[in-house]
Order: sequence, then structure tokens, then C-alpha cells
Amino acid sequence: MKEISFMLNDEPRNVQVEPNEILLDVLRNKLGIKSPKCGCERGDCGACTVLLDGKAVRSCLILAVEVENHNITTLEGISRAKLSALQEAFMEFNSFQCGYCAPGIILAVTELLEKNPHPSLEEIKESIAGNLCRCTGYTPIFDAIMSLTGKGTK
Amino acid sequence: MSLAHEFAYYKPLRLEEALSLKQQYGNKANILAGGTDLIVNIREGVLKPDLLIDIKRIKELSQLNWGNDTLFIGSNVTFAELIENEVVQKNFVLLHDACKTIGSTGIRARATLTGNICSAVPSLDSAPALLCYEAMIHCAGTGSKREIPVREWFLSPRKTALQEDEIVTGISIKRIPDSYGIYIKLGRYSGEDLAQAGWGILMIGDKQYRFAHCALSPIPKRAYHIEDLCNGNSLNADLIEKAIALIPSEINPITDIRCTQKYRMYISEIMLRRGLMAIQKRSSGKYIEPRKLMGDV
Ligand code: FES
Ligand code: FES
Repeated sequence: MKEISFMLNDEPRNVQVEPNEILLDVLRNKLGIKSPKCGCERGDCGACTVLLDGKAVRSCLILAVEVENHNITTLEGISRAKLSALQEAFMEFNSFQCGYCAPGIILAVTELLEKNPHPSLEEIKESIAGNLCRCTGYTPIFDAIMSLTGKGTK
Repeated sequence: MSLAHEFAYYKPLRLEEALSLKQQYGNKANILAGGTDLIVNIREGVLKPDLLIDIKRIKELSQLNWGNDTLFIGSNVTFAELIENEVVQKNFVLLHDACKTIGSTGIRARATLTGNICSAVPSLDSAPALLCYEAMIHCAGTGSKREIPVREWFLSPRKTALQEDEIVTGISIKRIPDSYGIYIKLGRYSGEDLAQAGWGILMIGDKQYRFAHCALSPIPKRAYHIEDLCNGNSLNADLIEKAIALIPSEINPITDIRCTQKYRMYISEIMLRRGLMAIQKRSSGKYIEPRKLMGDV
């Protein structure tokens, strides 16, 4: 066991981990952060997306020990004070049904909008090309995001 | 759940430490940079390392340096960094095209170019670009250093020229003045699929050409027959058809879960034809999105 410390949603956290423990599992099972989900455990579905130093990454492909001294942000972090505009838009446009994909998609798009507040539909699609949704058919997701870009729905 | 396999983990600050561990452990130690392949391989039991050497704190391996017309891409440099890099956008368009087709944003934020060539799978998207630019692979061992030309790098599927006690420190590519490139990839759907076929084309001036492919042979390769035919000629419909006729002498595809051998043969013709036409347009300053060439909307 090794003790690692890192920033989780702007709070310093310490946790004991073995080298073979996966970040996704440590977040969910040791730190009580339940928004990242396990879909495929092989990098294909994006349900486990978290922000690592501001960038959307797959927490199922990262060892917990790797994030020592780094910053991790999850949905819990971006909605601590209140729901973000993106989350509100997701509710308004019914952008999820089971909701399993939503935390990952919201984080990936949060990163996109930070870099590029007025993305085109194409750029939006590219940013979540690795986030699978089995319920919505994606249209309501694109609509919600487009409503924030100042370009209206498509 | 943690990974079923147990290993030790070390994150050295200096390359020498990583090298001496590699010398001690040989192939029982794996290098960890992005981990997007490595962790999957450990999870699936394909790799059972005793030690993971995480190289992300070794500063010299994170360099992305441009000087003397040469770009040095350290082994920690991710695809996301390459896509955002202006030197790559401007001078290495073929590589830039290829990087954009790899995985998804969440993968590209971690996955490295060096990790990609070390995985050495036949469908390696970055390989046609590196073959066309004639990249050098920089390797270090304890007390030794060598550079391997990329055409000698791939030995067989998943096997490279890297020795057990060596670490790749980076990849360098030299700018080729007056060149235009394009990478065309076909996957089963747009988004994060592996290549069913990939062709890289580089046109130098208006009469020199380089071609390379992936997913169409056991290892990614240059297409020298086609190059010999085309070199010295300007691009026109007749030349394109002659080049396409040589495809069967260049590739040796298999049938796998992604498509059949026959389809790979057939689609290569279309890819090469559209690729050559598109490169002509690029050289006259037209904006081309390679994904659209294969029907992606
Ligand atoms: S669980 Fe990580 S990408 Fe699917
Ligand atoms: S809402 Fe169910 S997977 Fe997206």
C-alpha cells in the first residue's frame, strides 16, 4: 500500500492504494465519488470520464498512483455550488434517459466549452465521439450543447 | 476492482534510473506513459509485468522541440499535444491528419505517439505518416544510444526492433520542403474505430511521391513499387489509374473481424484514387477534410 495525495474537486485528499488499483474504482469505492461510471473498462465508452488537470480522460485506463499531485475533477466538483449551465441545458432538452453516459459527456463538453465557447456541431460531435449513449440517439444531447454556443439548436 | 495482476510501480525523475531498472527487469518491466494500451493489456492478461516504470516525470521525455527543420517528439508527448502544435499543423500535415483519427479525445489526451509505435499493431494509424517522413526512433539503453530508421522498426505484428533493456526516448521527423500530405483512414464508422485500411500519401514538389499503408499487411509499409512508377511524373488521371493497378503487388491483407481481405483490396483502390485527387487539391491551397473523402458526413 502506498499513500497518495491529490486534489479531488478542489479539495486535498489522501488515500491508501495498491499499484494495481484503477482510478475509477478508487474514486467510486474508496472516495465515494459515484458520478464516473464503469461501462467497458477498456477505453471505448467514455462513461468513466473525469477531468485530469482539466482534460477529459478515461479513469478506467489510469492507475490511481499515477494521479499523485494532480487535479481530478468530476461531476460532483463542477456542480458543487449549483448546476452548471450545461447541466441545466441537459435537463431542459431531456438529454438523458438512463443517465449512465451523462456525467462523462458533461465533463467532456465542459472541457470543450472552456477551450472553445462557440464550437460548431462538428466540433461538438468530435469531442464526444468516444462517449457512447445507448438511449437518446444523441440528438437531444447535441441540441442541449448547441443551445449554449450562441448558434441555436441545429 | 483492481487489476487481477499485481506489480510494483516506480515513477523515476531521471532517465538513468528508468534505464537501470529496465536493464535489471528486462521484459518483466513495462514502460508506462499514457497507459491506454498497456492497462488494457494487463487487464486482459496479455501482459504480466513485475514492474511498471512510469516515465511521465522524466522531463526530457516530455519535450516537443523544433529546430534545424527537425521536430523531436519526446516519448511522453500525447496525440492531443501534437494535434494542437502549430509546427505539426503547418509542416507535418500527414502526421496531423493521422493523429486526429486516433481513438477519441479522451484517449488522445493520454495516448502517446511513442506508445503507438511501440504497440506495433498492423493497424497503426501513425505509421504511414512516420514512414513517409522517414522518422528516426531514438532509443536509449544503459550507457548506449541509437537511432533506428522507422522502416527498420516494425518486425512483425506487435514486435519492434527495440531491445529488452532499451527505452524509446522520442521520435524525430525532418521537414520536407514543398511537400503536401494526406492520411486517409477507413473505419467501420466515424469515431473511435481501428483502421480497416489506412493510406498515407506525401507529394514532394510536383513529381516526387511517397506512399505508405497500415492495416493492409502484417506490418505498416512504404509502397515502393507505386513510388517508382509515379516518381518523375506529374499527377494526372492516367498516372492515378496506373498506380492503383499496382496495389496488389504492395499489400497483403487478411480477413479479420473488421472486414475481409477482398474488401481491403478493393477499398484501397478507392482510397488511393481519392487520396491522390485530394492531395492535388491541397497543393493548390484547397481545404480538405480527409474523413469526408470516405463518405463520412
Ligand atoms: S469504462 Fe472507461 S471508457 Fe468505458
Ligand atoms: S442516457 Fe442512457 S446511455 Fe445515455
